[in-house]
Amino acid sequence: MEYPSKLVEQAVEEISRLPGIGKKTALRLALHLLKQPESQTAALSESLKDLREQIKYCQTCHIIADTEDCTCQTPSRDTTVICVVEDTPDVLAIRNTGQYNGLFHVLGGRISPMDGIGPDQVKIDSLIARVKQSGSEVKEVILALSSTMEGDTTAFYITKMLKETGVKVSTIARGIPVGGELEYTDELTLGRSIATRTLFSAD
Amino acid sequence: MKLNSLKLTYFKNYDALEANFSSGINCLVGKNGMGKTNLLDALHYLSMTRSALNTVDGQNIQHGESFFAINSVFEVADQELRINCYFEQGKKKVLKVNGKEVDKLSDHIGRLPSVLITPDDTEIIKEGSEVRRKFFDSVIAQHDRSYLEALIQMQRLLKQRNSFLKQNDGKLNINRQLLDVYDEGLLPLFQQIAKRRQAFIEEFTPYFIKNYAQIFEGKETPSIRYRSDVVSEDFELQFKEVFQKDILLQRTTKGAHRDDYVFALNDRAVKKFGSQGQQKSFVIALKLAEYDYLKTLKGLSPLLLLDDIFDKLDDERIHRLVSLLTDEERFSQIFITDARKERSEAFFEGKANVQFYEIHDGQLK
Repeated sequence: MEYPSKLVEQAVEEISRLPGIGKKTALRLALHLLKQPESQTAALSESLKDLREQIKYCQTCHIIADTEDCTCQTPSRDTTVICVVEDTPDVLAIRNTGQYNGLFHVLGGRISPMDGIGPDQVKIDSLIARVKQSGSEVKEVILALSSTMEGDTTAFYITKMLKETGVKVSTIARGIPVGGELEYTDELTLGRSIATRTLFSAD
Repeated sequence: MKLNSLKLTYFKNYDALEANFSSGINCLVGKNGMGKTNLLDALHYLSMTRSALNTVDGQNIQHGESFFAINSVFEVADQELRINCYFEQGKKKVLKVNGKEVDKLSDHIGRLPSVLITPDDTEIIKEGSEVRRKFFDSVIAQHDRSYLEALIQMQRLLKQRNSFLKQNDGKLNINRQLLDVYDEGLLPLFQQIAKRRQAFIEEFTPYFIKNYAQIFEGKETPSIRYRSDVVSEDFELQFKEVFQKDILLQRTTKGAHRDDYVFALNDRAVKKFGSQGQQKSFVIALKLAEYDYLKTLKGLSPLLLLDDIFDKLDDERIHRLVSLLTDEERFSQIFITDARKERSEAFFEGKANVQFYEIHDGQLK
């Protein structure tokens, strides 16, 4: 694509690096910004700059936060369970279910040496330390990881590392989505949900 | 199963071709570079949803055009089956069966089974073990989905394990726990895959021996031996023992991904001691055995596509091959190419059910 100016080209280059944005969308966004008052673009770049400079990660659970000790210190939370997730959006998703009031631990990725991510690049050591340091306060670690080979690898690895602490390790159930039709469920999921079926309680 | 009609538009060197074919033997003759092999490739495309010669779809479009289309009418178990394939540069390839688009192309593979024999097939003998694994894996995977899934998973785990070993850079104080996680995933997969391969070779060998004997009478005993570390009883121990070697070499040195198949004639390796003609006969027997095996499992006759099959064979073997191929009970429809028209005409003389088609510059006569 040819651009009318070097400055536009630069802006398009930068914007199109963002996930899900191609050159055409990037150009549209750049030209849109030019049409708006200058202050709006300034506010945007200012807030992005602040985001990068001032964002904190909670020292304990590694959730993105404004301070270094986040809601995991809130006394109303159940401090006996830790739910292990890959990234911050997973925390929000689980919180929004309203079914979980325990603590979180954000790994920041999953083990995949192919992509250059080994066990040291994700926050597994700090999870082990956290369980150990709690004395015996933490009773259960729930693994809520993706159902992929890399997610499974991460889960097995964490389980191995937690073995000596004696803490209970569980994983979220996998199966048919609520409201889903059985016949449209793929065979692997269906097979797995048959194999790990649960007791039906009629109370 | 048989192909009744075929229409090609801008596929390779074909502008616009419309042809009807009959059951029995369809012999395509013509000079080099006229498009005999490309016609076989179009049929391979309908069966496997890709070209056997060039997997870049864009390069299968005629030069200067923007799309190709293959339209065909098959007859499968007395039912008419219209298979149409269309590819436009830069777009997704579309395959329709009786007017309905196929969602996943991999689901189509196996619907129209085919066996293609080309002069390049001697690679199966001459090249490294990877080519042999690939050949047998594709035969097994064509009817065994769980095998295919196990293979895919093994390859992914190996890729991760090897990347991890590479990043570790040969240091002996590697993170053993993570290595264990990969090993625990790999070991059962190795066992599952090796067991299936071993059982397959046992099922496959009788078909193979029968076919070889039909092409080359009695004097030589051919054999296929499956060779794998995985099947030995103490494999797990062996696998664990080499972990230091794995760390130093930064790859996984033992496992089903290192399996091989040894081809022999009278216990002498065909790769080293077989003549060109013997190697070619060996490969033809392998492929015809694949044909018989698929036919037994699927319950319908695959398409048999033979590209320049008479090349490098002596007259006696060609005679035997011809009488084998004209067995109508066994083969319902065969496509053969030959650059030497008089040769094919001479060998097929007096045989019923043989049609000749002359191909000249993308046109059929």
